[in-house]
Amino acid sequence: MLKLDGVSKIYQTGTFGGKDLYAVNDVSFDVEEGEVVSLIGESGSGKSTIGKMILRLISISSGEINFDGVDVSTLEGSELKAYYREVQGVFQDPFSSYNPVFKADRVFRQIREEFFPGMGDRAWSEKVDRSLRDVGLNPDQVLNKYPHQLSGGQLQRFLIARALLLDIDFLVADEVISMLDASTRIDVLNLLADLKSRGLSILFITHDLSLGYYVSDRAVILYSGYIVEMGSVEKIYDNPLHPYTKMLMASVPRLDKKWEEVEMELKAKKSGRAEGCVYYERCPIGEDACARRHPDLTQVEEGHLVACPYYESA
Amino acid sequence: MSLHAESLTVYYQTLKGDVRALEDATFTIADGEIMGLAGESGCGKTTLAKSLIRLTPPMRFIEGRVTLDGQELPVWDMEAMRAFRFKDISIIPQYAMNAMNPTRKIGKMTSELLESRGVNAKSKLPELRRRLDLVELTHDVLGMYPIELSGGMKQRMVMVLSTLLNPSLLIADEITSALDVSSQKAVSEMLVEFRDREFVKGMIVITHDISILYQIADSILVMYAGQLAEKAPTEVIINSPLHPYTQMLISSLPEVGVKYDERKLTGIPGKPPLLLDPPSGCRFRERCPFAFEKCVDVPPFREVEAGHFVACWEVFKSYA
Repeated sequence: MLKLDGVSKIYQTGTFGGKDLYAVNDVSFDVEEGEVVSLIGESGSGKSTIGKMILRLISISSGEINFDGVDVSTLEGSELKAYYREVQGVFQDPFSSYNPVFKADRVFRQIREEFFPGMGDRAWSEKVDRSLRDVGLNPDQVLNKYPHQLSGGQLQRFLIARALLLDIDFLVADEVISMLDASTRIDVLNLLADLKSRGLSILFITHDLSLGYYVSDRAVILYSGYIVEMGSVEKIYDNPLHPYTKMLMASVPRLDKKWEEVEMELKAKKSGRAEGCVYYERCPIGEDACARRHPDLTQVEEGHLVACPYYESA
Repeated sequence: MSLHAESLTVYYQTLKGDVRALEDATFTIADGEIMGLAGESGCGKTTLAKSLIRLTPPMRFIEGRVTLDGQELPVWDMEAMRAFRFKDISIIPQYAMNAMNPTRKIGKMTSELLESRGVNAKSKLPELRRRLDLVELTHDVLGMYPIELSGGMKQRMVMVLSTLLNPSLLIADEITSALDVSSQKAVSEMLVEFRDREFVKGMIVITHDISILYQIADSILVMYAGQLAEKAPTEVIINSPLHPYTQMLISSLPEVGVKYDERKLTGIPGKPPLLLDPPSGCRFRERCPFAFEKCVDVPPFREVEAGHFVACWEVFKSYA
């Protein structure tokens, strides 16, 4: 359904834009219909950049993003509008997604003006009610309120309801629950899982591995703009192969067991990577070959790809 | 005994009346204890922490006594507390990333800070260097501006700064929330290390992430809507909590290995009451499945087993 093919995002840095910074480097993966794919990485890994490129909020430097076989970067005018009818995003901070001066339902009115100008008042309010109930909100309690009168979880579900008004097929959920409290978090997660069972595809961007495991079918692990490992969630979580993924798994705080003694590399041990593996500086393996070339993503078992030729010795 | 608070009550003054953010808090932190403080946003975690170190308007001290190492803390008096702040009781604030003066090099800022407390900065330099090594920062950071450091590095720098004078009590307010999992782990383990090396005697670690507390805390205090709900050793809170709120909170946490299709987790229905004019009695009673007529009275925070405090009438039934 959605297919990323060799996508890169390059920013120019330095005084005169002389240096290239690869925020996302040659990333390829796809999301099938009715599938939830988690995009997992630390800050600076490029996970949000990918989400924004899919939503056409920033341009793609090279590569292609195809949605149902159409290259999204070529869309313009009415075609782009049609694309937004099917693909929508919800972001991390529900509080800053609203204009505090206006009532929260203004986000619905804007959708109506833009996408459903011909719809009658009655039909519209029924549509809004239905989509609010779909996300588990009671319309009588939440409509006609200012953003500060609603809780974070309600605001976040409001935004999902707004996306649902458009009968979307694909949702980019960028850290949607990291700002919410533990008790409301799980409600929003369950909502995403319900939507998935109704056929919605979701790209779930997160840094929290346990949340990724709860809802998704597949996971893509990013480090510094590169995919280092991807595959089905069970395979990645039960059998992480890339040294970075292993380190991530070992650092997740869990309630069923205590942290193991794992070597934590906070500062680079070795330096000197121009063409080499992105993880070379922090990697416990770090063979000489790693410093020279970034390894390709290769399949190690059915549906499990790793970008590290030395994963066995880790 | 390190810290003891006795019916500490702090309200926020607003035009509409008092917001009752911390009600009748009585608890003890033993020598060398790391106490985790958990609860939803707005439950009074930060209010409790701030009232121990810097109680500023609109916060209003209502009543209570706090003793640190047997000495009474004048928490209601901003001026008198100055003698204790940083020396005996110190804080790593929430968003410690922005806690450093952006216009000063870190080394200069540190010495200014020390001099302002009447400590000779030069004499502290060797110790400062040792501690930078401990948190894996190079000594070069002292010649840098805060903007040159990453978020995790700034966090560790502030940790070193706050504990430089070996305070008795350290309050760490949501210090891991903005960090990646790998830095999160490193920073949390450093907190334990600081305690083990006796840089600090006791610690309050505030976070909404209970799984972090499970890793590092000796005991956990759970708060709900300004009231203390339960305090017990970490293992007890995680594996056999007594208070209904703690039970529901723990069971709503997603873990690695739990999938939606296999085991659907449930949240806590309803939302916390407004603390401006809160309901009388137990403030959890509207969301509580066990609530009965007794719950209109405030349950006392009672020790039901050694080291296990809980405030719930339903629980008291089985300990009568």
